[in-house]
Amino acid sequence: MRWFWIDRFDEFVRGKHATAVKNVSLAEEHLHDHFPGTALMPNSLVVEGMAQTAGLLVADAIEFNRRVVLAKVAGAEFYFDAVPGDTLRFHAEICDLKPAGALTHVTSHVGDRLQGEAELFFAHLEPGEGVPKLFEPDELLKWLDQMHIYDIGRDAAGQPLARPDW
Amino acid sequence: MPTRDEIYAKVQTALVDALGVEEDEISPAATMVGDLGAESIDFLDIVFRLEKTFGIKIPRGELFPEDVLSSSEFVTNGKVNAAGLTALKERMPFADLTKFESNPSVQNFANTLTVEDMVRYVQLKLAA
Repeated sequence: MRWFWIDRFDEFVRGKHATAVKNVSLAEEHLHDHFPGTALMPNSLVVEGMAQTAGLLVADAIEFNRRVVLAKVAGAEFYFDAVPGDTLRFHAEICDLKPAGALTHVTSHVGDRLQGEAELFFAHLEPGEGVPKLFEPDELLKWLDQMHIYDIGRDAAGQPLARPDW
Repeated sequence: MPTRDEIYAKVQTALVDALGVEEDEISPAATMVGDLGAESIDFLDIVFRLEKTFGIKIPRGELFPEDVLSSSEFVTNGKVNAAGLTALKERMPFADLTKFESNPSVQNFANTLTVEDMVRYVQLKLAA
C-alpha cells in the first residue's frame, strides 16, 4: 500500500504547473479520531498532498532520473480546516528548478476559497546520497497512470506527454 | 550597483524567509549555522533566494566549498591543512577565515560563515 494523498491530476504542464484534487471522505480512518464528532482533515496531510502534487511535477521535469525528496517546508499557512465532503484542489507551480533542487509554491482551494498555501523545497538526490530507491519503475508508472498524468499532461508547447517505456 | 546596506537588507529578507528566524536575530556577525541554525538543505534554499533576489548565478561549491572540506588532499586528521587553507582563501575571498585558522577543524567550519560574509559574497558577484 502506498501513501496516496491526491486522487488524480486535472492539469499537468511539464516543468511549469499542475493541479491535483483530493476528495476528503469520512471513509478515511484517520478522520475518525481527528476528531470524534468533529472530523477535520489534518493540515499536515494537506501538506503531504501538496508535496505529492509538486513532487511529481518536479520529478517529471527532471525525467525521473533523480530521487526527488521533500527537503523543507519553507513556509505554510492555513486559513480554515477542510472537512469530509470537501474537494481540495492543489495547484503547484515550479518557481525555480536546478540540478540540485527545486522551489515550488502550492495553493490549496476548496471551491473558490483559499484553504492554505505553502512553499515547498525539494532536493534531487543521486543514488548513494542517503536515500533508498523510492520506486520500482513499474510501480511508479502505475501510480502515474492512476493519476491520469499521461491522459491530461501536456508539455510546454501544448503537446501530449509520451508515456515512458520503462 | 546597490549599496552595502541595500544588499544587507535583501540578504536579511532571504535569511528570514529561508530559515524562519526573526529579523532582529540577524546581525552582521551572526554565524549561519551556530546562531541562525542553518542546515545543509537551507544553504541550497538560500542559494535559490539570493540568485532570484540579485539576478546572479551561484555555481555549486562557490559559496560553500564542500569539495575542499571533504578532500583528502586538503584535510589531515580532521583538520584543514595549509594547502587546504590556501585553497579556501582563494575560493572564498569574501569570508573572514581568521578565526577558523586558529583551529581549522572541519567541524568548526560550519560556524565560520557569517551574515556579513554572505553580504560580501553578493557584493563581489555584483561587481564581477
